[in-house]
Amino acid sequence: MESLDENTLKKLEILAVDIRKHIVEMLYKAKSGHPGGSLSAVDALVTLYYTIMKQNPKKPDDPNRDRFILSKGHAAPALYSVLAEQGYFSKKELNRLRRVNCMLQGHPVCLYIPGIEASTGSLGHGLSFANGVALAGRLDKKTYHVYVMLGDGETDEGQVWEAAAAASHYRLGNVIAMIDRNFLQIDGNTEDVLQLENVADRWKAFGWHVLEIDGHDITEIYDAFHEAKAITNKPSMIVLNTVKGKGVSYMENNVDFHGVPPNEMEYNLAMEELDLMKEKLGASA
Amino acid sequence: MKKKQMKNPRNAYGEKLVELGEKNKNIVVLDADLSKSTKTIMFAKEFPDRFFEMGIAEANMISTAAGLASCGKIPFASTFAVFATGRVYDQIRMDLAYSQSNVKIFATHGGISVGKDGASHQMIEDIALMRALPNMTVLAPSDATQTSKIVELMADHVGPMYARVGRANAPILYEPEYMETLELGKGMIVEEGDDVSILACGTMVDTALDAQRHLKKKNISAKIIDMHTIKPLDEKLVLKCAKETGHIITIEEHSVIGGLGAAVAETLAEQSRDPVGFYRMGIRDHFCESGDPADLLKKYKLDQAAITKTAEKLVND
Repeated sequence: MESLDENTLKKLEILAVDIRKHIVEMLYKAKSGHPGGSLSAVDALVTLYYTIMKQNPKKPDDPNRDRFILSKGHAAPALYSVLAEQGYFSKKELNRLRRVNCMLQGHPVCLYIPGIEASTGSLGHGLSFANGVALAGRLDKKTYHVYVMLGDGETDEGQVWEAAAAASHYRLGNVIAMIDRNFLQIDGNTEDVLQLENVADRWKAFGWHVLEIDGHDITEIYDAFHEAKAITNKPSMIVLNTVKGKGVSYMENNVDFHGVPPNEMEYNLAMEELDLMKEKLGASA
Repeated sequence: MKKKQMKNPRNAYGEKLVELGEKNKNIVVLDADLSKSTKTIMFAKEFPDRFFEMGIAEANMISTAAGLASCGKIPFASTFAVFATGRVYDQIRMDLAYSQSNVKIFATHGGISVGKDGASHQMIEDIALMRALPNMTVLAPSDATQTSKIVELMADHVGPMYARVGRANAPILYEPEYMETLELGKGMIVEEGDDVSILACGTMVDTALDAQRHLKKKNISAKIIDMHTIKPLDEKLVLKCAKETGHIITIEEHSVIGGLGAAVAETLAEQSRDPVGFYRMGIRDHFCESGDPADLLKKYKLDQAAITKTAEKLVND
């Protein structure tokens, strides 16, 4: 396996800032949505779509494509931004998030948003859905992979563990799951709400190949996906250690920004910070 | 009276799955540790690669079926009606109905004639739950022959569908040839009559036909309708019945809230210009109990005698 070259890395880091800018802007304009868990998911999504997945915005229904399922559907702004940057639909759509007569719903819906594989928003379904896609791929002798991202709080849901057991039972090596381990859910710290630790051990006990990485380090994420792809006899779980609200100082590790958009002052501050971040990476704001 | 020839609709389901599986490689079947009861085991034996035993994990089964359907498979997911709907309402809502996924839920053990297992296993709200979901088709075939035809149509029709049959052995009501014209969403007039229309679904169609024979002796002519499709409801037929007979009885092994009776009531209230005497037979907002199926159907007024009495009262009042 070749590691990520520096040029690509730099481009992706800059793109990740752009995605964060999209998220802040979308939510500010929509006056609703979930910033915290969208911002924590960005780096994994960028790495996945730009370096790992076999997918083509011009052929969203290609039967051989890799699939990505956003089980934590409330992070839709992050996924919508990546899909728009990829060209699945116009970036103008992002400004119309959550409005009447607009395509981009508050949570992903597969019926009419290009690039969305599964309708999510009620937590706990995505891994089961991914298992179904993986089983179909096995029947059809396809080589695609199914990627699925879960929230850490989401794994409170019992269905997640039904799916964890099934993926292991059926030895679904083509399933690569991620947990956005940002330690916060609506009611507070995940360990206070309903203890999740030790997350990695739980998944290992269910028969999964488990990796734990810095979920904001694109090189680490890239390497983890390659390691996971090499495991073919069992499903893989990548625990992404992340920071909720990553990239916007006052949102970081702040549970108040789980489901509340920035006001005008907060919006301006966030955009300033993100532009500064871009400049530091050597790009113009 | 000639003894009725019997065949369990569950067996008809299992046999039809095998037949469909031979013809269409996209048919896949999922079950939640009840394949011997739902008869999906017949498919499992013929096509082990396309059968997925999901264990006692119904939520995972439904969402997995949606994943399979997203790749062009035609999944049939089976378990008892109580687990196939109530336990997994959210999964059906999001992954099948909202997503217009091509998953077929075929549930067995619907209604109270499940018998001795008691109210925990007697599903009387499944039709109401499934009817409430946009995009969902809701079916309750009445005998083995009709079950076979309906399973075939489910495989052809694109979109989420729910079908339920009972547990018990059931009399054969129809010859296969009689099913050639069956259409989803179109009720079947099984007996013509002028005084009262009895609209029944599932296990209750046979009981309604028994009542029709008793009513004849009392000079009451009953039209018997097999409403195998509860959603979309054959509203034209309901209105025709109202016009032609002036009296309508619905009967189902289900709560009177939200099921066939409720669907017919909604249609009549909104659309009928004819005055109609109307009564919903079914479980009247309570749970039932353990017991022999025949005893239960008698106690909860879902037998021939109860229909005959209800029809007499309605027509003569």
